[in-house]
Amino acid sequence: MALDPSFIGRTYPPTEPYEVGREKIREFAVAVGDQNPAYNDPEAAKALGHPDVIAPPTFPFVITYRAAAQVVEDPELGLDFSRVVHGDQKFAYTRPVRAGDRLSVTVTIDNIKSLAGNDVLTVRGEVTDATGEHVVTSVMTLVARAADEAGE
Amino acid sequence: MAISYDEVEVGTELPAQSFPVTRDTLVRYAGASGDFNPIHWNEKFALEVGLPDVIAHGMFTMAEAIRVVTDWVGDPAAVVEYGVRFTRPVPVPNDGVGAVIEVSGKVAKLLDDRKVQVDLLATTGGQKVLGMSKAVVRLA
Repeated sequence: MALDPSFIGRTYPPTEPYEVGREKIREFAVAVGDQNPAYNDPEAAKALGHPDVIAPPTFPFVITYRAAAQVVEDPELGLDFSRVVHGDQKFAYTRPVRAGDRLSVTVTIDNIKSLAGNDVLTVRGEVTDATGEHVVTSVMTLVARAADEAGE
Repeated sequence: MAISYDEVEVGTELPAQSFPVTRDTLVRYAGASGDFNPIHWNEKFALEVGLPDVIAHGMFTMAEAIRVVTDWVGDPAAVVEYGVRFTRPVPVPNDGVGAVIEVSGKVAKLLDDRKVQVDLLATTGGQKVLGMSKAVVRLA
């Protein structure tokens, strides 16, 4: 059954702060095989003008994906997560995520549409630091594939 | 050193790179990212849901693709926008070799404020895996 379009515009409460650690950034950079010193050497990061090591550009997804669980698991919305695939992902950065950040995410459902029987859900996460300053906006599209007959 | 806006033009190519991905890579990425969806590590599960094999996380592919940009500019903070569409999965066979993600990029537009748009092309086995893959980068 198609998702209820009246959920468009719904905003969820800000998430509890996520504290970004140097070792978590290092672990992420190793996992993607990226040896840029800005991710693991505070002195190298400072030489580029950053107060501490910064995180790779796709790192914020770790935090925004977790925050999007509010939408995905919202019983009122009724999304069947077993049928969901990640359709697209965008980030717009005010500044990079860096070690020591305490980041909150405010999630909004920007759009819901039905395309060829698939539910297409656009979820925006506004990531702010402990002072309330904007860090990055994440916009992801989740596609819930149409249920096949056997699955109904 | 830092790439200057004055040195690039529409069509300037960024150094292309190849990124290998094995099952081991995916397990590490699952742990680092917190995305433990079994389609990325459990072959039996992946086949049961109709996939050709275990597939790489889309966000892993997205992370590799932007390295062509961040390695080019040096400071990853130069990336001010980055977006992709996940058009095709990257199957990762359990043969000790895995898959290779090939990424190239070129300057597609000169923007104001010393920014450029870089269009990225990511393929595996000759097939495109990301669509609409673009980054806006602020140059020196």
